[in-house]
Order: sequence, then C-alpha cells, then structure tokens
Amino acid sequence: MIYVALKMLTGDRGKYFGILFGLTIASFLITQQMSIFVGLMTRTYGFITDSGLADVWAMDPKVQFIDDIKPLQDTQLLRVRGVEGVEWAVPLYKGILKARLDNGNFQACNVIGLDDATLIGGPATMLQGRLEDLRRADGIIIDQNGAEGKLAKRGPDGKPIPARVGSTLELNDHRAVVVGICRVSRTFQSQPVVYTTYTRATTFAPMERKLLSFIQVKAKPGLTPRQLADRIAKHTGLAAYTKPEFENITINYFMKYTGIPVNFGIAVLLGFLVGTAIAGQTFYNFTLENLKYFAALKAMGATNLKLLVMVVVQALLVGGLGYGLGTGAAAAFGNYFGTRTELAFRLPWQILAGTGAAIAVICTFAALLSLWKVVRLQPAVVFK
Amino acid sequence: MTPVAAGLAVELHGVTKTYGSGDAKVTALRGVDLDVRAGELLMLVGPSGCGKTTLISVIAGILDQDDGECFVFGENLNGMRDRDRVNYRGRNIGFVFQSFNLIPTLTAADNVAVPLLILGTPRREAIRRATEALDRVGIGDRGGSMPWELSGGQQQRVAIARSLVHRPRLIVCDEPTSALDHQTGHKVLELLREVALADGRSLIIVTHDARIFSFADRIAKMDDGRIVEVVTPSELK
Repeated sequence: MIYVALKMLTGDRGKYFGILFGLTIASFLITQQMSIFVGLMTRTYGFITDSGLADVWAMDPKVQFIDDIKPLQDTQLLRVRGVEGVEWAVPLYKGILKARLDNGNFQACNVIGLDDATLIGGPATMLQGRLEDLRRADGIIIDQNGAEGKLAKRGPDGKPIPARVGSTLELNDHRAVVVGICRVSRTFQSQPVVYTTYTRATTFAPMERKLLSFIQVKAKPGLTPRQLADRIAKHTGLAAYTKPEFENITINYFMKYTGIPVNFGIAVLLGFLVGTAIAGQTFYNFTLENLKYFAALKAMGATNLKLLVMVVVQALLVGGLGYGLGTGAAAAFGNYFGTRTELAFRLPWQILAGTGAAIAVICTFAALLSLWKVVRLQPAVVFK
Repeated sequence: MTPVAAGLAVELHGVTKTYGSGDAKVTALRGVDLDVRAGELLMLVGPSGCGKTTLISVIAGILDQDDGECFVFGENLNGMRDRDRVNYRGRNIGFVFQSFNLIPTLTAADNVAVPLLILGTPRREAIRRATEALDRVGIGDRGGSMPWELSGGQQQRVAIARSLVHRPRLIVCDEPTSALDHQTGHKVLELLREVALADGRSLIIVTHDARIFSFADRIAKMDDGRIVEVVTPSELK
C-alpha cells in the first residue's frame, strides 16, 4: 500500500510539486535566516574567540559586552597579577581609532594593543609577516578583509590595491607601518582590525587617564577558570568572566538591546507560516480530492491504520524531500555568498535540527488535517 | 457462524436503516427481507431514493443497519468488530462502482492489484494476478495504460477485473452501465455473467437500466425502502 500511496502522491505532479515547493521554501527560509542570524551573532564575540590563550577576562564591572570599553587604571593589572592562582595576566587595549586613507577619507579601525612582552592575544593565523614583527618601529598587523577592502588604496584605474607588508597608514595622526597581514573573525561592524603592541596602541589612542581595556588572565594548573574568575572578582572588585561566559554576555547584550533577534525571528516565523500555508493547504486539498479513492480503498478492505500509514508516508516523503532541498539550497546560498560577500552565515547542526523539527511540525499539521478526514470517512460514500 | 439456508450467499431479515433524526429523519430501508443465492445474478431495481444503494451498502458491510439481520455467507456482519468486518469485506466482497473509481495515477494493472495489496500480497505477485485478471476481461494488453488512456468500456473492464482479482465470493455493482453506451453496457454485462459468476460467485447489481434486466437470474424490485417483488426477467411486466 505504500507503493499505492507514493504513486497517488507523485502521480499528481501539480499538487506534488506544490507541496514540495511550499516545504522547500519554508525549509530554505528558516535555515537561511537562522544561519545569517547565528552568523551575525557569532561575529559579535569573534574577537573573544580569536584570543585563545586566556582563561579569564577581567574588566570594569559596568562592561556589558566586548565593544563596551570602560578603561581601567594600569595598577589594576598588578592587582590581578597578585591574585593567587594567576599563572599570568597581560593588558589588552581595545578601541576604535580613525585611520586616514590616501584619498583623505577616514576609516574607523578596531585597534588591539597586545602585551609588549608576550604579544598574547594576537591573531592565530598570519598570512604575511610574523607576529613578532610588531616589535618593529610603528609596526601594525591588519586583517585580510581590511587590507583588501576598507584599507585598500585605489589605483589610477580605480581598482583597489590591497594593503600589504610595507604599506603605511596614518592612525590618529600617527604613522603606522604594516608588518603583517592576518586572518581573524569578521567583526560585527565589519571594521578593519589593527593589531599593535599595547604601548604603541596607547600612543595611537587619544590622551586619557585610563587606557587599559581588559586584562587577560591564565589560570595555574589545577584551578578552573571559573574558580579563578571568582577569586579575581573577590580580591580586585573587577568583573571577571571565563571566555565562554564573556561570549555569552556579549551575545546576550546584542540579543537584548538590538532588534536583530526580533527581525530574524519574524523572517523565520514567516518562512514557517508560508510553508504551513502552502504545504498544509495543498496537502489537505490533495487528500480531499482523493477522498473518494480513500473511500474505495476502505470499502475494498483497507483498515484505518493502513490508510493512516499511507498519509503519513506521503507526508514523510514530501517533508523529507522539502527539508533536504531547502537546507541544501540554504547551505549552497551560504557557501556562495558567505565566501564572496560580507554575508554572515553559519550553519551549525542545531539549525539543521531546528529546521527539521519545524518541517516535521508543518507536515504533522498537514497530515493531521488530512488524517482526520480519512479516519472519519464512511466507505459507503463510494456509492454516492 | 449462524446457520444459514443451504445455497444462500446473502440472507436479510427485517433490515431497517434510518438517516438523520427529528424532522430530517429519512427511513431508507423498512424491514427488508431478501435472499441472494450462491451463483446467482440478482438485480436490485427501483426508482431513485427507494433504498437500493443503502441496501447494497448494508450487504457489502460498509454501512450498519439499525435493526434486523444481515448474513453474508452465514456471517452476521453487524455483529463483527470493525476490524474483523473490514478484513471480511476485503477477502469476500468485490466492488464495481458507478464511476469506476480507478485511481488515476496508477496503471490499469496497479489498479487491479489494489485489493490484493490491501490483503498484503507482495506487489510482484499482485501484479501477476492482476495481469491474469485483465486477460480474463479481455484487455490483458492494456495493463500498463493509465485510466485516462482507456475508453469508458475498458475502464469498466478494469474495474471488473479489480473486483475479481482477489477471488471474492460476492460482487456488488452499483449502476455498472450508467456511464456506458448501450452496446458497451451489454458487453460489460455479458462479461460479468461470463467471468464474475464463475466458481459459484454471487453478483448483486443495482441498476436503473431496463435494457440489461434480461441478464439477471432474478430481479428484486424496491420501492420506498421495501422489496415489493422478486421476479425472473421473463416475469417482469
């Protein structure tokens, strides 16, 4: 009877493709919008992820997310170093400074000042030059996206000439020389990332009494990051978070204070509703139009259970195909545009599972409507 | 199993059936008594709304009567559990519908195989037997055709093959010639007599079509929910 069910479904090409189209669109929209949302949210804490060595981040207690800089006095670094269980603690400067471009325009850059001695917190992947080259006079390392995009010069033909080792920039009226190109996570605001030493960063930055943005801390063996964070907070009065905690704090800030989740949520909901409307209604109509055949099957001895299995198999087929086509198309979309444009796209398995659940709900809804009709169907209607 | 008169396929005693309630109450069957013999072709005739379709629905086990008894090959269908009745129907009763009810997305052979598939026969075996059944009704070469590629007469032959394929003991037909022209209708009835009645099978045909009355062994005339007369074609006025 499964064969009969599948032939009934796929034989009516118009309805079959209609249902499939609805589910594919729903699956595509849900996956694509959720992936862009997750991609964007990942960018908000990309810098924390990239700074891999530190176990704990110490900062002003009022800091709400990674870009919310509330500078500390330099003496705080010494206080943190004095906490028992600290293996090492290094300063980190993080700020937005303006780079003057050749054409006279200004470009805001995300400037990171690393501990002069250790360069801890530097980029993991160097494409040109070495991290140690930051110790050269006026040395800076810029990220690949910035080098090829917003910090690129314009040639006579108007085409961009990517910044490379040896190129110079003017950062807040200070000369800076590119000594390396690195690859880092894209920032939320897509600003170029400029690495330099802590001391040089503080000279680039406008004169302020306090310039220490964060303190990165490593725990001694045998101490968990959470335990160390508690000790730092207790002894210094600073806020101290483990890396995952700081990532969560950052992402929660964006979730709470920006309209991003609502906007993407609406798009996901629309995908769900469109899918439900198209697939649900088409599937229901398909069943209605086939009721007389279901009645004939019932008269000929098909039990309700057999007919239910037929409807469920039909729903599973279109659901499975729609899910596969939709998520496949979304993955292809992300793969194409994510590598060629600024598109933020991240497709973890949880999104695939979520989309699968949504499609299952749509199919269940569509099938339940149909099953209700089929179960209540009186076989005697075949003689009417 | 209830004792049943020897040689009877169907035995009805005082069968009543009412639809609706209150002012909308309609009595379709008013104490119908009727016997259908094994190997007999019985036609149920009468004006529209006289209860013919309700009666074959009760006999076929797809509608419960309100009162009275209906024995089909000695089994009281009304007393069976739903599941048992559905199974009994699937094994013992074949159907020929007025509008054929062939599933349009299945080939002729697939359509004929449906009753076997319902009974759990493997598809390959079901198709083999369906092809044999199509051979018996004279369209063995059209097994791969879709219903819409067949003429009305050919579609009704497919429907007849479908009603026979699982070798039921009783076939009920609802207006099998109403969608066919006179000549095709005659051929279909000849086929039904020749093929369907074989092996002691019984056949009940509901019809308005007086031109086919001559094919019946007996004719039960109905009016207002009652059997008013059972006659042979030669006795028909």
